[in-house]
Amino acid sequence: MSGETKTIRTTYREAVRMGLCEALRRDGRVFLMGEDVGRYGGCYAASKGMLEEFGPERVRDTPLSELAFTGVGIGAAMGGMRPIVEIMTVNFSLLAIDQIVNNAATILHMSGGLFNVPLVIRMATGAGRQLAAQHAHSLEGWYAHIPGIRVLVPATCEDARGMLRTALEDPDPVLIFENQTLYPMEGELRADAEAVDIDHARVMRAGEDVSIITYGASLYKALATAETLAADGIGAEVLDLRTLRPLDDTAIMASVAKTHRAVIVDEGWRSGGISAEISARITEQAFYELDAPVARVCSAEVPMPYARHLEEAALPRLETIVATVKGMVHPHG
Amino acid sequence: MTNKQVRPAIDRDHELGLLRQMLLIRRFEEKCAELYSVTKIRGFLHLYIGEEAVSVGVMGSVAPDDGVVSTYREHGHALARGIAPGAVMAEMYGRHEGCCRGRGGSMHIFDAATRFYGGNAIVGGGIPLAAGLALADRMQGRQRLTWCFFGDGAVAEGVFHESMNIASLWRLPVVFVCENNLYAMGTAIRYAQAVTDLASKGAGYAVASEAVDGMDVLAVEAAARRATEQVRGGNGPYFLECRTYRFRAHSMFDTEQYRTKDEVEEWRKRDPITFLTSRLKEHEALDDAGLASLEGSVAEEVAAAVAFAEGGSWEPVEELTRFVCSDRSNG
Repeated sequence: MSGETKTIRTTYREAVRMGLCEALRRDGRVFLMGEDVGRYGGCYAASKGMLEEFGPERVRDTPLSELAFTGVGIGAAMGGMRPIVEIMTVNFSLLAIDQIVNNAATILHMSGGLFNVPLVIRMATGAGRQLAAQHAHSLEGWYAHIPGIRVLVPATCEDARGMLRTALEDPDPVLIFENQTLYPMEGELRADAEAVDIDHARVMRAGEDVSIITYGASLYKALATAETLAADGIGAEVLDLRTLRPLDDTAIMASVAKTHRAVIVDEGWRSGGISAEISARITEQAFYELDAPVARVCSAEVPMPYARHLEEAALPRLETIVATVKGMVHPHG
Repeated sequence: MTNKQVRPAIDRDHELGLLRQMLLIRRFEEKCAELYSVTKIRGFLHLYIGEEAVSVGVMGSVAPDDGVVSTYREHGHALARGIAPGAVMAEMYGRHEGCCRGRGGSMHIFDAATRFYGGNAIVGGGIPLAAGLALADRMQGRQRLTWCFFGDGAVAEGVFHESMNIASLWRLPVVFVCENNLYAMGTAIRYAQAVTDLASKGAGYAVASEAVDGMDVLAVEAAARRATEQVRGGNGPYFLECRTYRFRAHSMFDTEQYRTKDEVEEWRKRDPITFLTSRLKEHEALDDAGLASLEGSVAEEVAAAVAFAEGGSWEPVEELTRFVCSDRSNG
């Protein structure tokens, strides 16, 4: 064989679906459970056709009982299965948060190591489709606050497919947040895609002047920003965090040590958010590397509005990120 | 609900065994209360005293490889399930030798050997876990059952209703055991439930249900056997409401302003231990000397548990963050 890697062009949605199908084919203990995952094909069509291949036992439609079916997933995981629980959106996960935080995250430690919970929970997150204030928030940062769970935020097709596999190999609970605007996004994917590393952030574009630290759908705004800035002779490095808990401090500090400036772009709210945590860590660990205060571009502190122009105004915008970077690199114009 | 006349003939050794188990729980917990007052045990301590017939009566039907999901009032479940009293007491002391290394305390007893999945201090928090354990068994072709204990308070939680629906819908092998002691902490059931006949709730989910006198260990035992037959036969879950009463306060911080001493005294007349002792004496299966000997052996077992806890060590602080994630050293 030659060293050539075959790639296929696909969508993020299809990458998720491929990951799910491969997981169910590979391991008889894996099953998918959630609202409308079977007969409907998944609310984002991520499990389309899976019921036909795997049957209703392994592609299991649930009642609208987020709290119970998440708890059922925890129990099934403790009973030797490898469940993938799908929750339609992060806002709905609040109906299940008791089971996630009080059981999934605590049982291993609270039981003195007797019982682990090898559970994967997937859910959609993020705004941009005019879904208003109960379907479009970015609450993954909340979950990143909790010891005992791992929080993954795949932004690429490769991660959408590969992170699921790695998550299923984890003996402990893993939450995967899929930004809903990414599902139709096209991208390249290795045909033989395997498990991916979930311990490290990734430099998606190298640069010398500023580090744009981000994840999820904001990655593409950051890359577009870098492109815009390049025309002005500013080299922006774009770091895709990929995992929000545990954060890859080493990668963050390495980038800051190189560029001496950091902008964090996060669809979550600024107050008490993951951007605040990252900023604090940079201050703690790389303060003397900084040539400018850490900056943040986050969502406006409002419930996400419906009207398109208001939603766009609430989300981090390319122009804002560009202006923020320019203000840091050339503070005096 | 039960009637002495229709009881089967006395089974001396078996019933003495039940009495001993109930006595062990009672004396163990009386010792816990004492140890709490001298600050050997801290945190919340919820005593099961008065409710012993439920766990002892049910646990006889729990097969060795069945799973048990419990509540924060679970010392009685743990002991009746056969977890070593020393490991339970050491856990309450916060000792490294406790069944959870002192991580959980009174409200979070876990044990892998007996498939005891906690000790859950979120009311109703264990109910979907039980359904999930049962689902795992079903999907892996195992015949075992999962027994899920919870109180009347949990019946007001949404997760009870969601889980009953799912368990019934998927015909999961779960026995739901509701210990109805008439109070959700300090709120009497009449102030918390529009329908106080909890067993009737099963009908809304097509779950076979019954209510049983939870102060009568033999009645509970018989009901648990009926539940077992139903669930092992693949007919889906069973809902068993055990009507019982706790003689002691909700926790050690409770001053019991919400119920009268007379009410408690009335229920004490139905003490499950007195009830079985009287029956055994009536049938000349037990005399005062025999009871004294039983009490003596229980006292020794409790003393040994305390000695085990007293002699224990503290988990090294360096291990504080161990088990936030699984140890990866073994792959």
